[in-house]
Amino acid sequence: MPSSQTHPIHKTQTAAKKGFVRKYFQSASALNLMYLPALILFGVFILYPLAKGVQISFTNWDGYSQNYTWAGFKKYTLMFHDKKIITTFKNTLIYGLGSTLLQNLLGLAYALFLDRKIRGLGFARTIVYMPVIISPLIMGYIFYFIFQYDGGALNDLVAVFGKEPVDWLSSGPRAVWIITFINTYQYMGIAMIIYLGGLQSISKEYYEAAQMEGAKWWSQFANVTWPLLAPAITVNIVLNIIGGLKLFDVIVALTNGGPGYASQSLSTMMYNLYFARQDAGYAAALGNVMFLFICIFSLTVLFILRRREVRM
Amino acid sequence: MNKFASRFSLLMICIVHLVPFYLLLNMSLKPLTDTSSKWKPSGAMSLANFASAWNEAHLARAITSNLIITVCSILLVVLIGSFAAYPLARHRTKWNNFVYMLSISCLVVPGLTILVPLYKFMVDIGGMNQYWAVILVQVTFALPLTIFLMTGFMGTVPKELDEAALIDGCSRFSIFLRIIMPLLKPIIATIVIVLGVQIWNDYQFSVFFLQKPEVKTIPVALSGFITQYHSNINWVAAGCLVAMLPMTVAYLFLQKYFIKGMADGAVKG
Repeated sequence: MPSSQTHPIHKTQTAAKKGFVRKYFQSASALNLMYLPALILFGVFILYPLAKGVQISFTNWDGYSQNYTWAGFKKYTLMFHDKKIITTFKNTLIYGLGSTLLQNLLGLAYALFLDRKIRGLGFARTIVYMPVIISPLIMGYIFYFIFQYDGGALNDLVAVFGKEPVDWLSSGPRAVWIITFINTYQYMGIAMIIYLGGLQSISKEYYEAAQMEGAKWWSQFANVTWPLLAPAITVNIVLNIIGGLKLFDVIVALTNGGPGYASQSLSTMMYNLYFARQDAGYAAALGNVMFLFICIFSLTVLFILRRREVRM
Repeated sequence: MNKFASRFSLLMICIVHLVPFYLLLNMSLKPLTDTSSKWKPSGAMSLANFASAWNEAHLARAITSNLIITVCSILLVVLIGSFAAYPLARHRTKWNNFVYMLSISCLVVPGLTILVPLYKFMVDIGGMNQYWAVILVQVTFALPLTIFLMTGFMGTVPKELDEAALIDGCSRFSIFLRIIMPLLKPIIATIVIVLGVQIWNDYQFSVFFLQKPEVKTIPVALSGFITQYHSNINWVAAGCLVAMLPMTVAYLFLQKYFIKGMADGAVKG
């Protein structure tokens, strides 16, 4: 029986109490029982479904019937010839990389601007951050009122300038960028706050030293701010990439993947394959590919950024 | 930049970011017959849209569902998460390091990628439309971040505290309950905020597992309502406004904690 504690008082105490069970519960290893509930949950709701998903992806199961047959790698080979799926992958990359780029650019610009003492600063921060706590689904609906063709807020403005109303969401590529923009608007507050924290942790002495040497704003930014912000940049990029690649709610609310399949992301496409087309095997296969895709992508980015941090 | 330019840019930022909320509020106040521009302030303010949305989307019931699911999930996450983190932080054997790595790697599993098998599993165990099943799924996907944050935080609590208590004859488990638990308050606050917002707003799991009207959460009830009444755009606006109200009010009162908590959760996550 493992017993790591050797303190005399403790020893006499355990000796006084009889039995293995007692002794075990007093040992340090018994503490390991405390993570059992968490492990059981991971096993039941993550690891088991992951394994089961691999099995389903090799069948042509429709999602509800008892019978299904083995399909081998058919679903996977099909995927790489399916034009809709290829568009879906492209869109997912735009959602992931596009919103990462925009959120970081805007977040950093806002943070640089708000990192000073003027009245109303706290208010501005509150406003910019507010969308973060609102359901992305609701955010999608709110922006539907803006981009809607008939009586949408944006078309009202277009009409003021005497132009014809535009059907903003009728073109696939444009819809993809509009969704990317909404995701940026919603979550740039997080990037801003993390950059603000990063800026405030930079010692003022560096800037004073730079000013003494006559460095201009840009040179201060490039030589002091930028390198010292490296950890904040890593966090923001990884966070935004993962968030963007998983995008689901906004798309459901705004275009539901349309027009046609033009603005589907991997998440919405999988939902579509499973519930609308009842091709559970295909949906499971897509889920597995998406899982690998997100894991490999985000870990690679994390790895590259961490190495960059060390170099700087 | 001079003071005037700063002030002006600040004002512009606020206005641009408030536009969607202004449009939403404005539309929710207009009567259905008023089809004027969405920018034009509504002349006759009416609360009729709110009443319709409240009743038709069954928001009272949805808010109850949301409260049950969020409160139970958060309680369980904090309890199970802190339990799991204690041995992982204090008893660092090879095996425990493996368990820690396993928990953290669950952090990169996007919930939706295992939708198909998870959905089938839920049907098999009779978990469809059941609060307990959705709560367990929410807890599972919230646990990796919780364990990560808690283990990190416990590492900063001096080990000498545990050792002193052990010498005084305190059992290992009660050391955790009486000495460690009370010290975890700051990290528990962060977890409650980060995961509370996430679970409260969740749509991706709720829409699949809660399909009966009696158990629908706010986002699910709202999306159903909008599919049905999308032509009554003012009702939709009122519904959205009511649906986002609980979280917005909480945020406006506790914004300091929200902003700090979510930034901490992100940076350390």
